[in-house]
Amino acid sequence: MKRFIIVGAGQAGLQVAESLRRGGFDGEVLLVGEEASLPYQRPPLSKKYLLGEVEAPRLLFRPADHYAKLGIACHLGVPVAKLDKENRIVYLADGAELCYDRLALTTGARVRELTVPGAGDPRVCYLRGLNDAENLRVRLSQARRVAIIGGGFIGLEVAAIARGLGCEVAVLETQSRVLQRVVAPVVSDFFARIHRERGVNIQLAQQVSAIDATPDALTIITADGSSVVADLIVAGIGVLPNIELARASGLLCDGGIVVDEFARTSDPSIVSAGDCTMHRNLLYPRPHRIESVQNAVDQAKVAAGTLLDHPVAYAQVPWFWSDQYDFKLQMTGISTGYDELVLRGEPEKGAFSVFYYADERLIAADSINRPAEHMVSRKLIATPGGCYPKAQLADTAIDLKTIF
Amino acid sequence: MPKVIFVASDQTRREIEISGGWSLMEGAVQNDVTEIVAECGGGCACATCHVFIEPAWLDKLPEQTPSEKDLLDCTAVPRQSNSRLSCQIKLTPEMDGMVVHLPQRQT
Repeated sequence: MKRFIIVGAGQAGLQVAESLRRGGFDGEVLLVGEEASLPYQRPPLSKKYLLGEVEAPRLLFRPADHYAKLGIACHLGVPVAKLDKENRIVYLADGAELCYDRLALTTGARVRELTVPGAGDPRVCYLRGLNDAENLRVRLSQARRVAIIGGGFIGLEVAAIARGLGCEVAVLETQSRVLQRVVAPVVSDFFARIHRERGVNIQLAQQVSAIDATPDALTIITADGSSVVADLIVAGIGVLPNIELARASGLLCDGGIVVDEFARTSDPSIVSAGDCTMHRNLLYPRPHRIESVQNAVDQAKVAAGTLLDHPVAYAQVPWFWSDQYDFKLQMTGISTGYDELVLRGEPEKGAFSVFYYADERLIAADSINRPAEHMVSRKLIATPGGCYPKAQLADTAIDLKTIF
Repeated sequence: MPKVIFVASDQTRREIEISGGWSLMEGAVQNDVTEIVAECGGGCACATCHVFIEPAWLDKLPEQTPSEKDLLDCTAVPRQSNSRLSCQIKLTPEMDGMVVHLPQRQT
């Protein structure tokens, strides 16, 4: 009987396993994961879970008996020590040796850690996994002053939660605006404003140079000599792809595990999907690595197809979302390289969309509290040609759903 | 725990118990009702947990938010008057026995 092993039991890993079964694979499927938990949803960790509105069991994608029913054997709580691709063996840290016919690497990403002096204090927290979220939830409930390093999605989502819990909150961002890497200035300004209106002290262009930790408080010292005092620090300064296992085995890696549009790595028996991949998407001229649920799910389906010898090229418009207070930001497409913006609606009213054009072509859209406009945008961007009259997109009197 | 009867587009019926306070979508996904996709995980953001509620039960459901109304125009199978997004329906004891029809596809 053939055996396919999946290393990494997150959203992508689970999707590979389920897609193999739905695709009719009748061999062995082994899902290997470093975390002890069955696969769970990560997005709520920085949202409802931190607020205490949902408990861990509710985050599980599937109940425990689902795996047995589908014939997916889970090896959880054990990291992989080594991959020998020549002999097709996965070595687990507990000494187990698992042979495979084909392998999927869905190893995800981990947080980038602060390296400034004082960053090792246990009151400096991160947020990626369930354990991080549990630690942060407890610490947030005891903190009065919270300082957040990084004005990206994690930083701003945690800021919103901490304010909701009644904490004093400061956000320190190195760039001149929040969310700089992913959205246009009009969207950055909107989010900075809603946080400031709710009492968050947002400090832009602030470089953290050290953390002075005493038993009573943590003091963040910035490059310009100012300081922020807090009981708890949360650093949300990005993630690093987990590529070490792949690289040590000799797989080609370049800012991620390199895969083609069929999720194939440089080894014909190994595919890879999700946050860990530097991948080809036929809709884009260059490979990229993105961190999203959409990519984890859609690329995992492609990887499973390849494992089953039914290759289908990856060509999906990416989408992302973030929840802050009562605002839902939904993004689709990749806005990098845009040369023109079209605004639909008024940011002052708290619900609007921004369309990104490059060379007269619609390439991306951000929608704030406009979920239907987001859904329509996904279709518009996915349609080849992508030329839509900007005046129509900007005119709120025209229902976008009627354009498509 | 309220019981809900899911009826697939091929008329296959499944009876599922769902914890009170959970959403209809969560109960479905956790019980392998694969016709519910729920791409966004329950955020009223994607229209892939679309269901048709047996009309007799409609008045037991919470009011639709403007977002849900708007998103119901974006479902893969066109909306009908009894369309809802299952992530927006929290189970209550009054929904015990509710019949929910599943669309043929969600994307």
